[in-house]
Amino acid sequence: MKKMLLMALVAISASVFAQKVNFKIKGSDTVLPLTQKEAEVYMKKNAGSSIMVTGGGSGVGVSALLSGTTDIAQSSRSLKLDEKMKLNDAGKAFTEKIIAYDALAVIVNPANKISKLTREQLEGIFTGKIKNWKEVGGEDLKIVVYSRETSSGTYEFFKEHVLSKKNFAPSALLMPATGAIVQSVSQTKGAIGYVGLAYLEKSVRALDVSFDKGKTFTAPSVETAKSKKYPITRPLYYYFLKTNEKKVSPFLTFVLSPEGQQIVLKEGYVPVQ
Amino acid sequence: MKRFRRILEKFIEGILLSSSTITSLTVILIILFLFREGLGLFNRSPLEHNFIIAVSKQNPVQDLSSDQLKAIFNQDITNWSKVGGVKDSIILFTINDITNYFSEEELGASLENLPQKLNEFIEANPGALMHVSEKYLPKKFNGHTIHVKNISVGDFLFGKQWYPTSEPIPSFGIWPMIIGTFLVTFGALLIALPLGLATALFLAEVADIRLRNLVKPLVELLAGIPSVVYGFFGLIVIVPLIQGLFKLDVGETVLAGSIVLGIMALPTIVTIAEDALRTTPLSLKEASLALGATRWQTLRKVTIPYAKSGISAAVILGIGRAIGETMAVLMVTGNASNVPHSFLVPARTLPATIAAELGEAPYGGLHFKALFALGIVLFLFTIIINLTVAYIRNREKK
Repeated sequence: MKKMLLMALVAISASVFAQKVNFKIKGSDTVLPLTQKEAEVYMKKNAGSSIMVTGGGSGVGVSALLSGTTDIAQSSRSLKLDEKMKLNDAGKAFTEKIIAYDALAVIVNPANKISKLTREQLEGIFTGKIKNWKEVGGEDLKIVVYSRETSSGTYEFFKEHVLSKKNFAPSALLMPATGAIVQSVSQTKGAIGYVGLAYLEKSVRALDVSFDKGKTFTAPSVETAKSKKYPITRPLYYYFLKTNEKKVSPFLTFVLSPEGQQIVLKEGYVPVQ
Repeated sequence: MKRFRRILEKFIEGILLSSSTITSLTVILIILFLFREGLGLFNRSPLEHNFIIAVSKQNPVQDLSSDQLKAIFNQDITNWSKVGGVKDSIILFTINDITNYFSEEELGASLENLPQKLNEFIEANPGALMHVSEKYLPKKFNGHTIHVKNISVGDFLFGKQWYPTSEPIPSFGIWPMIIGTFLVTFGALLIALPLGLATALFLAEVADIRLRNLVKPLVELLAGIPSVVYGFFGLIVIVPLIQGLFKLDVGETVLAGSIVLGIMALPTIVTIAEDALRTTPLSLKEASLALGATRWQTLRKVTIPYAKSGISAAVILGIGRAIGETMAVLMVTGNASNVPHSFLVPARTLPATIAAELGEAPYGGLHFKALFALGIVLFLFTIIINLTVAYIRNREKK
């Protein structure tokens, strides 16, 4: 009994003396690996600072910014107009900063013979109008669509730019994390999904995409994203309230510095020009 | 001295009374909060906060249902004649289209020219359907607002599409999720109940003490593994197994969810049922054996009936664990919004939906209330199951 009491006391005092978090970053799973690496290097260089980084999807980050539970909201999509209006109505002036660019790769199982698709074909597949791979020149195999959950900025961006704002097919499988999409596509023959460039692995294959009805097809890579040749490229944002500007600006300056942008390149994203 | 002891006893009684009062009050408050938020879904317009639908003055259409609006915005209905108006094509204008028609300078820095621009737009396009925030509507508007019918309980329970973040009008139909939850839970119980009760019986009656001391801690260890770990195990091991075994297109299915849930509910059922079976007094068992009954007859007629309340507690807790699991199910059932028609297709369950979406739903918004309404449905399911088990138990007593 005495031992347990002693151990409890030690645990409580340890947590009390633990480092206080300086600020929190919450939001997009796409930006998450990048922010984690930047925060790691920043904390090593500035001992005594502590940054807490969590994912959950761009929607979660923006929601947290509205309710004041995060300092920076990382997002892979720009704020929707009604989100901007909600922030304005609540009197919370905010700043938007682009910290990197990202290419969205469309991935299929390595055993799939298809290597390129046009935007129209992608729209047909993801909205459920095209149901079999043979309709786009592949083998007679049912197409299994994997997508992110609705809170994801990647989901919104894909819906807006590739599906022209149409809804995903009701038969699309919604996975809670990008890692789960990669896992599922790598083990399902007829699968197709979309992930940020940084999540590409050898277990899945990225398709060449054409946005000009088949005239030119481009593969996703850091170079093609930088030169804007790859059509599914999007900016990655940090949103923060103007009142918090002083708190977050040292970290922000670091991310936009040459060293921070070098980390962006290393992690598989495209640096800001 | 006697008086002091009596005062002390009264004081302890008071503490116990207030503890149970606080506990009961907390449970009641949680239930009230759940119902208040969830039922709020049905008495407000299905449009987001302060948004309205406006059409030109000449348009005879006065109200639309959510389904019609959804079809219009999805471009399945493109002519006013299909919804009771004149033959004219519908021109959509939403809050995000503003920048397509007007530049930022025309609108003004804080959108002060927007009301006037809206008036201009509706005059130039009499077939327009505008979805904008109420506060940007000009005072002398050249049109009228359309009344959108509230979401009805029937639409919610039997609707087949769940698109909560769709703009401008979301869909909140949970029928696929109700069936999905039912199938996954039923499958899980089909696996966990027989297996769990048999294991409990084995551990309590048949196993010798060495075997019991080996197996029981092992089963209890299963209960301590976090839900997410089960989810990953399911995704990496069970899903490909099912896909290969049944030669399916996709391994994320109801069956995968049932297997994972069954494994998670097992330790609960085994531990409680086994403890209940072991409390049968030795004298009762010995009396039965002395009267000439065999071991199995004793088991059937004496031990199990005596432990009935413990076993039904184990069943209720096992069911509760199976219904309420979120993370593990979220990762292995695929979360497709179709109504599942067998065990070998992907499905979506109610708790997984709540877990996946509550983080991003703005507090107090329509999506938020819809998720609480999901919680109400889950709560009602649990009550029905508990009442059924209690009824069966009471009936057997007679």
